[in-house]
Amino acid sequence: MSDVSKQAPSVSDAYEMVVGLEVHVQLLTRTKAFCSCSTAYGAPPNANTCPVCLALPGALPVLNEEAVRLAVRAAHALHCTVNETSIFARKNYFYPDLPKGYQISQFDKPLAEHGKLDIGVNADGTPITIGITRVHMEEDAGKSVHDRYPGVTAIDLNRSGVPLIEIVSEPDMRSAREAGAYLRALKQVIEYTAVSDANMEEGSLRVDANVSARLRGETTLGTKTEVKNLNSFSGVERALEIEFARQCEVLASGGVVTQQTMLWDANRGEVRPARSKEGSHDYRYFPEPDLPPLRLARAWIDAAELALPELPAAKVARFIADYKLPPTDVEVLVASQPTAAYFESVVKAGAEPKAAANWVIRDVLQEVKGGASISAFPVEPSSLAQLIGMVTDNTVSSAAAKSIFVIAAKTRELPSDIAKREGLLQERNEDALVGWVDQVLAENPDVATRFRGGDRKLLGVLVGLVMKASKGRADPRAINQLLSARAADGK
Amino acid sequence: MAIGADDVRHVAALARLAVPESQLPALVSQLNGILSHMDALAKVKTVGVMPAAGVGDAAMPLRADIGPPIPLARPLESFAPQSRDGFLLVPRLATHESAGDDESDE
Amino acid sequence: MNGSAESAVRDAFARMAEVDAGPAGLNCILWTDEARALQDAAAVDALAAKGALAGVPFVAKDNIATTHLQTTCGSRILEGYVSPYEATVITRLRDAGAVLVGKSNMDEFAMGSSNEHSAWGPVLNPVDRTRVPGGSSGGSAAAVAAGIVRIALGSETGGSVRQPASYCGIVGVKPTYGRVSRYGLVAFASSLDQVGVFGATVADAAAGLEVIAGRDTRDATSADCPIDRYTAAATADLADVVIGRPREYFPKSLDPRIAKRCDDALESLRARGAEIREVSLPHTDLAIPVYYIIAPAEASSNLARFDGVRYGPRGASDGLREMYESTRTRGFGAEVTRRILLGTYVLSAGYYDAYYKKAQEVRTLIAQDFREVFESGVHLLFTPTTPSPAFAFGAKSDPYEMYLNDIFTATANLAGVPAISVPIGDIDGLPVGGQLIARHFDEQMMFRGAFALEAAHVGAE
Ligand SMILES: [Mg+2]
Ligand SMILES: [Zn+2]
Repeated sequence: MSDVSKQAPSVSDAYEMVVGLEVHVQLLTRTKAFCSCSTAYGAPPNANTCPVCLALPGALPVLNEEAVRLAVRAAHALHCTVNETSIFARKNYFYPDLPKGYQISQFDKPLAEHGKLDIGVNADGTPITIGITRVHMEEDAGKSVHDRYPGVTAIDLNRSGVPLIEIVSEPDMRSAREAGAYLRALKQVIEYTAVSDANMEEGSLRVDANVSARLRGETTLGTKTEVKNLNSFSGVERALEIEFARQCEVLASGGVVTQQTMLWDANRGEVRPARSKEGSHDYRYFPEPDLPPLRLARAWIDAAELALPELPAAKVARFIADYKLPPTDVEVLVASQPTAAYFESVVKAGAEPKAAANWVIRDVLQEVKGGASISAFPVEPSSLAQLIGMVTDNTVSSAAAKSIFVIAAKTRELPSDIAKREGLLQERNEDALVGWVDQVLAENPDVATRFRGGDRKLLGVLVGLVMKASKGRADPRAINQLLSARAADGK
Repeated sequence: MAIGADDVRHVAALARLAVPESQLPALVSQLNGILSHMDALAKVKTVGVMPAAGVGDAAMPLRADIGPPIPLARPLESFAPQSRDGFLLVPRLATHESAGDDESDE
Repeated sequence: MNGSAESAVRDAFARMAEVDAGPAGLNCILWTDEARALQDAAAVDALAAKGALAGVPFVAKDNIATTHLQTTCGSRILEGYVSPYEATVITRLRDAGAVLVGKSNMDEFAMGSSNEHSAWGPVLNPVDRTRVPGGSSGGSAAAVAAGIVRIALGSETGGSVRQPASYCGIVGVKPTYGRVSRYGLVAFASSLDQVGVFGATVADAAAGLEVIAGRDTRDATSADCPIDRYTAAATADLADVVIGRPREYFPKSLDPRIAKRCDDALESLRARGAEIREVSLPHTDLAIPVYYIIAPAEASSNLARFDGVRYGPRGASDGLREMYESTRTRGFGAEVTRRILLGTYVLSAGYYDAYYKKAQEVRTLIAQDFREVFESGVHLLFTPTTPSPAFAFGAKSDPYEMYLNDIFTATANLAGVPAISVPIGDIDGLPVGGQLIARHFDEQMMFRGAFALEAAHVGAE
């Protein structure tokens, strides 16, 4: 199949990719969805289990109110309509890490429906909007470890019953890149609303993709396949490209795509069919009789919406409008809430927005990349604002400012203190400036002569040399004037 | 709606029950005998009738997001058929890739 | 309830040895631990503050989770399983001073009306050992009828307490759905299941229910409703009480001797001042089809957890699927297998709407019948508990014929209303029960009628 992908482009051009994504997100609750067991990650196997999540005979589920609050929060952030009444349902199937033999999920009446998510803008500036079909609540399954002991599968039920939301998109994406953009935008919203840590490596965010191909210009959907086992955003994009290419090959050669589940193999970089058993997909959904309908008061639902923080899209718009920043800058600043917050406090502390943006993007993010959190960054917003001010009013040169920043990032000192101690304040004293000028002219007689002889091109060279002699403390503009004056009267 | 041997095989597979072929005919006739009485329902008019969702119109009580969990009087290992290092053990799937399909899915 | 807990428990075990043990015994008690029971009794005797049921021995059906006796649901699939947690109803009884003396035999997973479907052998009816005690809570009913205990826990899904109570000549209560916690009751059909109580007398049943009733935060379907003093419901007259006689429960085909007992009972209630009114519950005849779709459907899902992975004996296993199938095929008996297949079928793709959804809609109509009758000013409904007295072993071979035993009882489970069976006489020495059905959470009125019925009957002896 990987070969297919190599010859794909030519074939694929005639076809259009149609993608819908199902994303499962673990909610940040202290305890599980239907029992009081801890959701802590990394406990010893089966340490976080009880009669309920072990599905012992006679045990019953009781829903966690915080799971409901977080799910509703996420639904609002995705502009969904939250239903006042939603119904839990049983999804029946046998698997060793599914203790009850059914998953408590939602089917006919989900928590929320009809949402949308903007994932970027078209060339003409209009937003690219992906429809959200539904957001429903369900419980996670345990973990099956297949390679730990020979011949057996090891089951750990610590994850069994951890609350999830499943976010189902409309088939609105037309390329792997759009799918990637959707996932990044979704992760961003989830993080902004603190509903989950949305960490794909730890499995707190999981993605299944439904992909189909159709001739460009066609309006009906082709037969889709479901691609599972996607373990990273880049993996999603690669898997989609490869599966799409495979489908194009099939269609181009007059074949038909069979609806089936495919598995992404990141190591081999290939998509292959999951061995499926006949009729193994009859889940026999029916309303969960152990849980009455979930009824939420409209007033409570609306209050939850008002409690939402500013979401990425709104922040982008505001930054462009209020700070007159280029969209490219804003995109970087808003990528994470802490970064945006840091930038705004720098501006609030008096820094000019564009300068602040440059410093945050170019210097601050450089320093904090590598997992460190920007909120704990040694150079506090007020300090950075001070430093930026010192550059604008020429108290320090921008070269000096850089070295001050590097020191502050280590020592947490005030830039003004560092500048004094390191003698980096710009020198305005006339005698000192004249001294450096004389020194440079003396040390470079021939250059000096040609300059006095009227070779103005050398002005830049000399200014540079004087700056060097002054270790960056001289004010370039003042030096400019002094040198020009010398050239004029030929001394 | 009469139920046939294939239907019984199908639901037996879904329910993870190994019904011996020898018992199929008896089961088919018994199930058909039972289901024939169910056809009385088809004649009842239920347009606009809400299916009973549980009993009464009680709303769901919620629990606070706190522990501790309900304790076990005896550890899992004491009643689990097969366990090791705290894990429960089951026979390895023929192909554990098929996990994704035969449902490790949420 | 006089004398010490210890002597009461000794008496219970003595009686058990007398009637239950051996090949000729009733086989109503499956698991006991006399030493442990005597310890518990001693602990109760040592207490200064006595609970409502201090020193009262009781037995619990084998599908109610107990931490020191097995909980097998009368099934091989749970052979040897001792629950690591305790059912709420057991905790409440023990907190009230009652002492658990045994787990009682039952139809496997409560699926049956004769107790012939227990993996541990049938229970004999103490009144006539050639006949069934009824089911599925036949063991508990027999234990009370045989005088081992005065109070026993059973479970109801379609009549599993009232029907054996009627067959054994004792009192059996099915509370309002949600009145008693299901936490620790091994589920058969979650939307129908309710723990029920057997009593040697109405007062015994009332005392037991009083203790176990009430909201439990571990069961999302348990209701937060005030609990009256059922034991105080005894009253001489029924003036201002309207009792309905639903004609659908008295068909032409009804055994005339049963009809006669019922007429006598109604007469005795009228004599105490009750107004008897002819009423109609038009959808009654649909109860059995509805019940036998909903119950197996929910059961097929509830019994999926018995897979040999976490507890219970595991079948031979060369592969995962083989392990599942050998565990479940060996573990479940014929009736349970039949109902799992039926329930899986009615839920499966293409049949859900025609069967399960349709049944839930008709269930709504059945519940409406009750609401309308009660809203018309009727306080109680009186009906026969069963269409016939206890039948002989093996008398009902066809499954559906067996199912028809629940014809007068399943409606209360489908509607969620409380109902009680009280002895109203006998036919050739075989007990006959009369059923009183009340409004949701009006157990108080139900007991008021039951006390009156009992008084009249006992008086007639
Ligand atoms: Mg899901
Ligand atoms: Zn738990």
